[in-house]
Amino acid sequence: MAEPTTSEYRLIGQRVPYVEGPLKVTGRAEYTDDIQRPGTLVGRLLRSPWPHARLRAVDVSAARALPGVFAVLTGERYPTTFGVLPITHDETAIAVDKARYIGDIIAAVAATDERTAERALALIRFDAEPLPEYADPRGGTDRVPEPIHSRGLNGSNIQKEVVQHFGDVDAAFARAAHSVRVRGNFAGVTHAFTEPLVTIAESTPDGRLTVWSATQVPHYLHRSLSEVLGIPMHRIRVIKPEVGGGFGGKSDPLPHEIACAALALETGRPVKLLVDREDVFYTNHGRHPTQNEVRIATDADGQILAYDIEALIDGGAWSSFGTVTTYYNGVLSMGPYRVPNFRYRGRRVYTTKPPSGAMRAHGGTNIRYSIEVALDQLAERAHLDPFDLRERNALPPNSTTVNQFRITSTSFRKCLAAARAKSGWDRKFRQLPYGRGVGLGCGFYISGSNSPIHFTPVMPQSTVHLKVDMDGGIAAHSMQADIGQGSNTLLALIVAEVLGVDIERVHVQRVDSDVSPVDLGSYSSRVTFMMGNAARSAAEKIRAELLTAAAELTGRPVDEMQVGHERYFSRVDPEVGVTFLEALHRAMARSGALVASGSFNTSPLGGTFKGARAGTAPAYSFAAYVAELEVDVETGVYQVETVWAAFDCGRALNRLAVEGQIEGSVHMGLGQVMGEAMNYRGTRLMNPSLLEYKIPMPQQMPKVEILLVGDDDPEGPFGAKEAGEGPLIATLPAVGNALYDAVGVRFTDLPITPDKVLKGIDQRRQEGRPWKGA
Amino acid sequence: MPSLAPLRFRLNGHPAEVPAEAARILLDLLREDLHLTGTKRGCDLGTCGCCTVLVDGRPTLSCLTLARLVEGRSVTTIEGISPPQGLSPLQRAFVETGATQCGFCTPGFVVTATALLRDHPHPTREEILRAISGNLCRCTGYTKIVEAIETAAGGGA
Ligand code: FES
Ligand code: FES
Repeated sequence: MAEPTTSEYRLIGQRVPYVEGPLKVTGRAEYTDDIQRPGTLVGRLLRSPWPHARLRAVDVSAARALPGVFAVLTGERYPTTFGVLPITHDETAIAVDKARYIGDIIAAVAATDERTAERALALIRFDAEPLPEYADPRGGTDRVPEPIHSRGLNGSNIQKEVVQHFGDVDAAFARAAHSVRVRGNFAGVTHAFTEPLVTIAESTPDGRLTVWSATQVPHYLHRSLSEVLGIPMHRIRVIKPEVGGGFGGKSDPLPHEIACAALALETGRPVKLLVDREDVFYTNHGRHPTQNEVRIATDADGQILAYDIEALIDGGAWSSFGTVTTYYNGVLSMGPYRVPNFRYRGRRVYTTKPPSGAMRAHGGTNIRYSIEVALDQLAERAHLDPFDLRERNALPPNSTTVNQFRITSTSFRKCLAAARAKSGWDRKFRQLPYGRGVGLGCGFYISGSNSPIHFTPVMPQSTVHLKVDMDGGIAAHSMQADIGQGSNTLLALIVAEVLGVDIERVHVQRVDSDVSPVDLGSYSSRVTFMMGNAARSAAEKIRAELLTAAAELTGRPVDEMQVGHERYFSRVDPEVGVTFLEALHRAMARSGALVASGSFNTSPLGGTFKGARAGTAPAYSFAAYVAELEVDVETGVYQVETVWAAFDCGRALNRLAVEGQIEGSVHMGLGQVMGEAMNYRGTRLMNPSLLEYKIPMPQQMPKVEILLVGDDDPEGPFGAKEAGEGPLIATLPAVGNALYDAVGVRFTDLPITPDKVLKGIDQRRQEGRPWKGA
Repeated sequence: MPSLAPLRFRLNGHPAEVPAEAARILLDLLREDLHLTGTKRGCDLGTCGCCTVLVDGRPTLSCLTLARLVEGRSVTTIEGISPPQGLSPLQRAFVETGATQCGFCTPGFVVTATALLRDHPHPTREEILRAISGNLCRCTGYTKIVEAIETAAGGGA
């Protein structure tokens, strides 16, 4: 797989193993649960057995009286609401007045050991009045007797409604040669990261509170702790140890994190709160269960005239990222094709179920499935090859979408060409035997959100600090959160590239709000683009000092000096040069250790209408995937054998990491399309374990042929764009469309489990529609 | 009162004697009492493989194992598998092929694959897939994990 890169860079574009890899493979990497503070108490949470209930009175006296119990907390102690989006604060650390789903936190305990804590929980008595439960978002769109939140739209359970119309959709449909309608239904799925949620908090006599947490977004946690606990941010210290996967599930500030800190304040002792696996499922914040309806119109040549989209999104009990989700389910359909007329109505409705939130390729996955299936149908109607149809509609580089997204780089056409050629599409599509099929699915995703979630005070989205001392080691600080995607390695890689030094010299420091400058964290696929630019800018400042020192030492003009490997030399006379250390020590004579700060901020993008900022990004990723699969038509079981994944992430800075992101994304996308589902009976989650919630087995993993075809992005660091989330999206429709090619059935109800495949085949036969002679 | 009779076993090649009550779970004993935190707690239910250790050389889920059951037996954790300096060939392959991303599943995979390669120095792909099918990884899609094990098998023989 290793293609030698011939480029002007020494490290950029190579396959660079993770800098912390040796610690991970030996079990020496330190995750939150590995930290043991002396005298730590065990924190435990009591969770609501009711989907919706008014909490009238609570008696905690027996629990408090139990020997070994240090604190029992209920909601009214810290009633301040919080939430990841400042406009929709509707959560509390512990439920106040009402419980809103089975699993909602209603009390917290700190005790000397687990058993005592559990016993204390069992002694807490609630007087609760059950309220109507709302399992289905359809039942919450009108005025309801007991809204889940008072902020629901007009007495309903609607958390957010988005209505947008650009151009004239009805006129476009009226003149269309072809139109199709797809109704998609998507079960909720969850992140299933391997490291459970866990937090440690310790309040110390110097008036400070330290919180270690498995979080993707330490900065938002920092803010929420301050707001809810009423402690100024500078007295709180947030540390992010190694994090065992996130995928969006650790990107909201979560109630257990705040409850744990509250217990630490109450007791004056360190408190560790480990959320067990079952409760990780209840905490959820996974991909929203969604029903959508997509209508697409084209002219006779297959040119897209209009999209008309509706989405009904099941939010669960809290807002979380929901306002963004509601916009994204519409606006993330603005690429990779040109859409001249666009109408969207999206509603996200609260239900009394575990909250949905952001999950890898947030907001772009379900809508993309329905669109790509619709395009497959349109291609069939218009007698066009699915590739040709997409080719003809590709957004050109340096263009603007109808809702005013700025598109700069796109190598989408190259993605199409590569996937088509490498997969052997032209000799497979509709030509493979019955039961075997190929399908095309395409993708489009933001490379960072242009608007930060918090915009006060105005500050850069990412900042990186560097310190180079006489030992020649380079300490790099930033609150960017490596959750396994390789951002620490990327930071080291960029600094080493710019300074010309070995990557071993760069020591990326653990995220610690006391010393790490703010970066907004790992969400919306922003880190490579934003932290990468900040790192580059910081390193360039250090490089300028080193080149000046090298010029002084060699007596050559500074603009003649050039960066080599661990050395700076004259481009005129390459023999004349000094080593990195010589230059460093010369530069240090003036100021001691070299320090520099680099930052990155986005410039304003998008229109001026309401909601115009949603989905604006400094760049976008593009994808074209072909899946080839084989269906056992007797059992409905199918195996995806190969996925050709052509992806445009601009320039891949660390090939190894990009490949890993694509392979992991394909695996996660396959999970959602083939079998993963949060199964509910009413409002009760039926499969809260990794045994019942099944992610694909190693045996189910296809061969993934990775085709990186992106041209440099003009604004990304060294031309890079995101590769963390976009690679998931195209997987789902590629599989759905391949199933159609294999057995002649359109599947729009996900996951597509074997029983649905069999039922689909039966139904097709009953309708007398033969497929490939079967 | 729960009994705290000492539990005697071999731990990472050395004799160990630890007080342990009858209901103590091996994973808790390792992580909480012995501070061997390389063995991870992913589910506590036998569903993820993050807690895999070797008991008498066999991959075993320590979250499902009563500590009492290892009395007189030998337990090897990721700490015992790792050489005092540097990495084992398998560990090196995991790093170099990118088989570790978040790393939380990694000790479990390394333990499982170490036992596989000891018994089958040149495993087929099928044997590798079967051996790791009790270990979950949500980050890598398993692709590079299989590649790392194959690399170690090819190079380390
Ligand atoms: S922790 Fe033992 S299998 Fe998950
Ligand atoms: S590397 Fe994250 S779960 Fe395997």
